[in-house]
Amino acid sequence: MKNKVLMQGNEACVEGAIKAGMRFFAGYPITPSTEIAERSAVRLPQVGGKFIQMEDEIASMAAIIGASAVGTKTMTATSGPGFSLKQENIGYACITEIPCVIVDVQRSGPSTGLPTSPSQGDVMQARWGTHGDHSIIAISPSSVSECYNLIIRAFNLAEKYRTPVIFLMDEIVGHLREGIEIDDEQEVEIIERKMKVRPDVLHLPYHVNEGEDVPRFHLTGYDIRYNITGLVHAEDGFPSNSNEVAHNLVTRLMKKIENNVDDIVEFEQKYCDDAETVIVCYGGTARSVMSAVEELRAKGEKVGYFRPITVWPFPEKQLKALSSKVKNIVVAEHNYGQILLEVQRIVKDCKIGFVGKVDGTVITPAEIIKAVEEVK
Amino acid sequence: MASELILKYMREEHLPHIWCPGCGHGILMRDVAQAVKNLGIDQEKVCLVSGIGCASRAAGYMDFQTMHTTHGRAIAFATGVKMARPDLEVIVIAGDGDCAAIGGNHLIHAARRNIGITVIVFNNDIYGMTGGQYSPTTPTGELGTTAPYGNIDRPFDIAILAAGAGASYVAKGTAYHAQQTIKLIENGIKHKGFSLIDCAGVCPTYYGRKNKKGGAVDMMKYQRDNTITVEQAAKMTREEKAGKLILGKIAENDFPEFSSEYQKIIDRVRKEER
Amino acid sequence: MSKMEIRLAGSGGQGVILATIILAEAAIIAGKNTAQSQSYGPEARGGMCKAEVIVSDEQIGFTKVTHPTFLLALTQASLNKYGVEAGEDCVILADSTLTVPEAIKAKKVYSLPILDTAKTEVGKAFTANIVAVAAINGILKLVSKEDLEAAVLRQIPKGTEEINRKALHAGQKLAENI
Repeated sequence: MKNKVLMQGNEACVEGAIKAGMRFFAGYPITPSTEIAERSAVRLPQVGGKFIQMEDEIASMAAIIGASAVGTKTMTATSGPGFSLKQENIGYACITEIPCVIVDVQRSGPSTGLPTSPSQGDVMQARWGTHGDHSIIAISPSSVSECYNLIIRAFNLAEKYRTPVIFLMDEIVGHLREGIEIDDEQEVEIIERKMKVRPDVLHLPYHVNEGEDVPRFHLTGYDIRYNITGLVHAEDGFPSNSNEVAHNLVTRLMKKIENNVDDIVEFEQKYCDDAETVIVCYGGTARSVMSAVEELRAKGEKVGYFRPITVWPFPEKQLKALSSKVKNIVVAEHNYGQILLEVQRIVKDCKIGFVGKVDGTVITPAEIIKAVEEVK
Repeated sequence: MASELILKYMREEHLPHIWCPGCGHGILMRDVAQAVKNLGIDQEKVCLVSGIGCASRAAGYMDFQTMHTTHGRAIAFATGVKMARPDLEVIVIAGDGDCAAIGGNHLIHAARRNIGITVIVFNNDIYGMTGGQYSPTTPTGELGTTAPYGNIDRPFDIAILAAGAGASYVAKGTAYHAQQTIKLIENGIKHKGFSLIDCAGVCPTYYGRKNKKGGAVDMMKYQRDNTITVEQAAKMTREEKAGKLILGKIAENDFPEFSSEYQKIIDRVRKEER
Repeated sequence: MSKMEIRLAGSGGQGVILATIILAEAAIIAGKNTAQSQSYGPEARGGMCKAEVIVSDEQIGFTKVTHPTFLLALTQASLNKYGVEAGEDCVILADSTLTVPEAIKAKKVYSLPILDTAKTEVGKAFTANIVAVAAINGILKLVSKEDLEAAVLRQIPKGTEEINRKALHAGQKLAENI
């Protein structure tokens, strides 16, 4: 049944996760993400799933990896300080290729910062927060509906590419209540684990088929006694000191995302066809930009916006193509300039402006308009 | 020729292990295998989770479902495994640093929750993998590379700590007393709630050499000659117990087990829904 | 209907956040677009508390209230702060126990006994937010009475329907008597 309901971003994220098949959540209370744990605690047992409040963020991350290793779709949720604590085990999920979803409802930082205020200061932490070379996917929703729809995609990508996926929310969207249409009967694509079919490689948990980038699953906890380790490992899952094995593993971890950016990358652009100035924005900031762009268009100004939905991998190709057609690019984000660095790296021929905010308040449409005027 | 036990419960192709000659970990690992064998549990049904350190390498050698995780966090990983698959026998092998320093918080909370996993501590009173630093169980006054003038920390008694935190089965074993220790591990695995068996190992390479305890044989002899039972210990003064190792069950009770309590919540909620 | 930017301010515990959620819920029931948010934090434990809801027939971009077209103030501190900030196109509803600062430049200031009506007429001080919601809807004509009642019933705890209906009617009456 189609049903329009009022829902908070944090709540919609849980509903979407359950739709995607999440059946285990481990978490620790932290503002502004706590509603995700609270709703998971209510909803999971209703669908036969399980919730646990762990003793800290590190344990929450560990628990979801443990549960996922034996076949359950899992999620945890946190904010800045807790996101930092989870990083070591996020790296473990990267190298062991255990799918899971980590929600980070960003808040002002560093350290305790302004716990209840919006920020987007974890963008680079999402990309490089855990040590060592690794690939990652990070998705940033801009509305309550997207919290629901995109977290389903986050689970799907986690399963498809056997990787932790960061759901990079912010306080603006997490605590926002909006109407959202939930259609119970609507067919939603849910990706399940791709299982091994070749009997000759069943005993090799990290064997990758020719022409594929990701090892197929044969679940731990059933007939074959696998070893999983955070050490560099060969395709049999056991530690290896071989430099060749190390090179091949880390390279494959990077390439499995890089080789598939066209499948993974998602973005939105509006009013860009004739635009002279394009605003790059993501997450909750996009809402300010949308209002500003409408206002400017109403005045006849040729302004559009480009919104990466997958912040990582960044829609590089698409922004590059767009930048060859426009004069100016303005980056808007709630930090001191993180995606700005990425835009500066990609865009060579445009004037680049920036509007950032780190005082805990939301960038207003007026501030965006000012930045657009300034860059011209 | 390797014994039948080794052939069945160890991954022979990954042996010999990396442990030093005379290390007590090999004996303790064998004890775990023997306990599982005695209980007749299918190897597929055993999920062995470890963290980082010398003891944690057991996960690679033992032929179960094995997960070698991050330093200190094995119990937290194991909690996720047990919640997702309560039908599995989840066993954690941890060292003293792994379990009581970096992982101390997870230890006490898993004990408090009484989740049905079995933690077997390979406790050699030292950080071996990193080369002999003092650990949370190194006795006061002893030497380590980071306690060059003598350790002024007071040590944890991990078994008492776990019991105090609410673990529903706690025992102490030693590397020397294999038969008794196997029995205690068996009882721990059979027990439904959170169990911990704190097993005194020996580290002749770092702890022994640094503290002039002699070689591996001397350290084993020390265990043989200085171990008392829980019952004997109960009648002794603190001074009399100094330097003694204790063998036997410390605590056992029938507190409700976490994952089955959670299943009751699911059943209740789903019944109310209907 | 043009876009309404509604700000509710009071002290923690007066239920202003729930009041905005109810208005948002009513807007959804009435088929409108809405965005509700609040300032979180220690305020929610007893200090000054502010919550906002935007109701519009158009899609809503920016989700925060910048120029409120309506302000409810239930405490003197919140009236002093947000009332004075409010622009000339803003309508203010203040509890009648409050003194209206001279510096206010709003289009109109209504003074209604919201807190007292909840306490004496409805009989429960905690229903002040429901009285307020009904009075706000009476003034702004956001949604029908039926939609508002449906929204209230969705958001309140089971077993409190009767007292909340009473509060709704009392609030409606306050607005009708303006």
